[in-house]
Amino acid sequence: MSLDLPLVFAALLGFALLAYVVLDGYDLGVGMLMLAATREEQALMVASIGPFWDANETWLVLGVGILLVAFPAAYGIVLGALYLPVAVMLIGLMFRGVAFEFRVQALGWHRELWNWLFWFGSLLAAFAQGAMLGRYITGFKPGFEFLLFSFVTAASLCGGYVLLGATWLVLKTRGTLRAKAIVWAGWGLAWVALGVLAVSVATPLVSGTVRLKWFDFPATLALMLLPAATLASGAAAVIALRRLRRGASQADWVPFACAVAIFMLAFAGLAYSLFPYVVIDRLTLWQAASHPSALRFVLAGAAVVVPLIVGYTAFVQRVFWGKVQSGLYEQH
Amino acid sequence: MDTLDATALARVQFALNIGVHILFPSITIALSWLLFWFRLQYARSGAPHWLASYRLWTRVFALSFAMGVVTGIVMSFQFGTNWPNYMNRVGNIAGPLLAYEVLTAFFLEATFLGVMLFGMDRVPAWLHVAATLLVALGTTLSAFWILALNSWMQTPTGHEVVDGRLIAGDWWAVIFNPSFPYRFIHMLLASGLTVAFLVAGLSAWRLLHAPDDMPVRHTFRVGVLCAALLAPLQIVAGDLHGLNTLEHQPAKIAAIEALWQTQRGAPLVLFAVPNQRMRRNDFALELPRGASLILGHAPDAELKGLDAFAPDVPPVPLVFFAFRIMVGIGVLMLALSWCGALSLRGGRAPPRWLLWPFAGFTFSGWVAVLAGWIVTESGRQPWLVTGVLRTADAVGDAAEAQLGASLTGYVITYAVMLIAYIVVLTHLAAGGTAAAAPQPAPPAS
Repeated sequence: MSLDLPLVFAALLGFALLAYVVLDGYDLGVGMLMLAATREEQALMVASIGPFWDANETWLVLGVGILLVAFPAAYGIVLGALYLPVAVMLIGLMFRGVAFEFRVQALGWHRELWNWLFWFGSLLAAFAQGAMLGRYITGFKPGFEFLLFSFVTAASLCGGYVLLGATWLVLKTRGTLRAKAIVWAGWGLAWVALGVLAVSVATPLVSGTVRLKWFDFPATLALMLLPAATLASGAAAVIALRRLRRGASQADWVPFACAVAIFMLAFAGLAYSLFPYVVIDRLTLWQAASHPSALRFVLAGAAVVVPLIVGYTAFVQRVFWGKVQSGLYEQH
Repeated sequence: MDTLDATALARVQFALNIGVHILFPSITIALSWLLFWFRLQYARSGAPHWLASYRLWTRVFALSFAMGVVTGIVMSFQFGTNWPNYMNRVGNIAGPLLAYEVLTAFFLEATFLGVMLFGMDRVPAWLHVAATLLVALGTTLSAFWILALNSWMQTPTGHEVVDGRLIAGDWWAVIFNPSFPYRFIHMLLASGLTVAFLVAGLSAWRLLHAPDDMPVRHTFRVGVLCAALLAPLQIVAGDLHGLNTLEHQPAKIAAIEALWQTQRGAPLVLFAVPNQRMRRNDFALELPRGASLILGHAPDAELKGLDAFAPDVPPVPLVFFAFRIMVGIGVLMLALSWCGALSLRGGRAPPRWLLWPFAGFTFSGWVAVLAGWIVTESGRQPWLVTGVLRTADAVGDAAEAQLGASLTGYVITYAVMLIAYIVVLTHLAAGGTAAAAPQPAPPAS
């Protein structure tokens, strides 16, 4: 039996995008929380993501790279249709990335300015990514209701990133910042619950294709597992946050794990809804796939290298495991 | 007319982005190896000045790397947003090469950079040395894949055409295409020279303020000696690259030499204002038979002029002047670095008169790199992939308003970033190695 190459690459693309959303999601979330913190706390927040953010953003390049390699036809359509939100996201990511490095070197109001740019860049990038998601789900259709829908997805993704960022800070910090982060995580969770609900109600309304997929008995019954599991993860996060607030537990990793689970489940739902399309209602992944010679060449390399990347990423996370020390970033 | 304007906007936008981007890899490629050397020397000798240099230049590296990452992400999207038909036609070749860059190089450097920057107290010394080495390997490997793709676009080999699209028949021939080895070495040496002058230049700024900063005196010496070593090598490599271009892209050489007519005994044009419309040189200062002698190794050798390639003629004035800027800086670099090496011989302290020109040459590598890329990219026009795909046929249907609006955004962003970058670098230089010393960490709560 020969390998279904487009399907393999679709799975790889999904993996890269999910990795990006979770990994860069927490550091974008930390960025969006910057303005809610004191000056000392800001230094700690930045230190908590310092060793990771370069590598986290690399997953975005891998994702867009796989789209380009494996589905060149979709790459052209998607990036052409998302021209403006992509440009906005890129400008946001640029400001955020450099602000991160510059704020360390700056003093006084210069540092305040870079902090503000760091916050603004994170928000801009997160919002643009959410808007891109909304436009993508609706097949880039023009019209007010579709724009409204992308506004809802944009706001929801921002909430998701704030949840990831806040739970990351619970995991990585101590004392007053950790206490604040527990509160932020609660707000983030409420925001996400609202967002998931709104997007779930709106999606079948704006897309006939998704509606058919969702209300296709008896598959619908199996599909109900997804919202059920999402609800369970949310409930687990609420309980864990409450226990942490009361000081009843030391399991600081639980809320972050719940947030990651919510993202994975939402992602699974999205993948199920869109499959087998890469551009909804227009291109299936087999129609968009590039020539087997290109796919085979890349797969050979990816089979060796992706496990290595996962391995050394885990290794570096382990090196910096535990609570962040104050002033870590300022030391280098 | 509409498509032409969109093409022009797409080109300006892409050229701006790629022009800003290349500044930073041209620093990080060589600086990573210099840092590896500093780190290794510190591991072996334990002498604090190696550590001081390592810490200071790691800051410059982190900053440059961040600038390279963010502008690189923009590039990976702009291939699609600005040149959708490029990916349609040659995506089966360009895509895999870019994917290999991300998979084998980008992740390696970005991940171990974290250990390199923040891990010194958290991992054993050998592992920290290894992380520094892996970052250096990553940057070089990254250059390998990107230059393989760029060289393939200049001198494509190893491909087949199936249903109007290109696929790779022989990946080895695609990667090791005729101009690749020359371009790769030329770029690595260019990065080496950029960093040598950056290191020497910023150290010179510091020494002008504080002549007795011993660690900085030491780094100044390293920078000057590297420059003196690399400058002659680069001139040889550049010459070989030129002969390779003559063989595979004669139109580019004709544009560099501003040679409009095919002729025997072609003159070497020292200076002129090439007139593209009239196809002639105004105000020309020529050395009779010079070009034939240099390129054809005989005074009456025949050289192909631009008329042989009409109407596919590159923008001659741009290529002509960019080439002269690049070569001019190269010659000045050679002269300055050898003067410097001679006056530092036997461990002498750097004389003050030497510090000024080096300080002035801090960013000279950037100018030469940009000029060189303009020569090679504009010299390939009107082709995007030589003989395969024209630039005008690769552009997408993004509206001019979108292109214009996003271009404005990019220009502002890049201006802010570049100004901040240079300000921070000069600020670091003024503080010297003392500025990079670790601040005492407040006690953990």
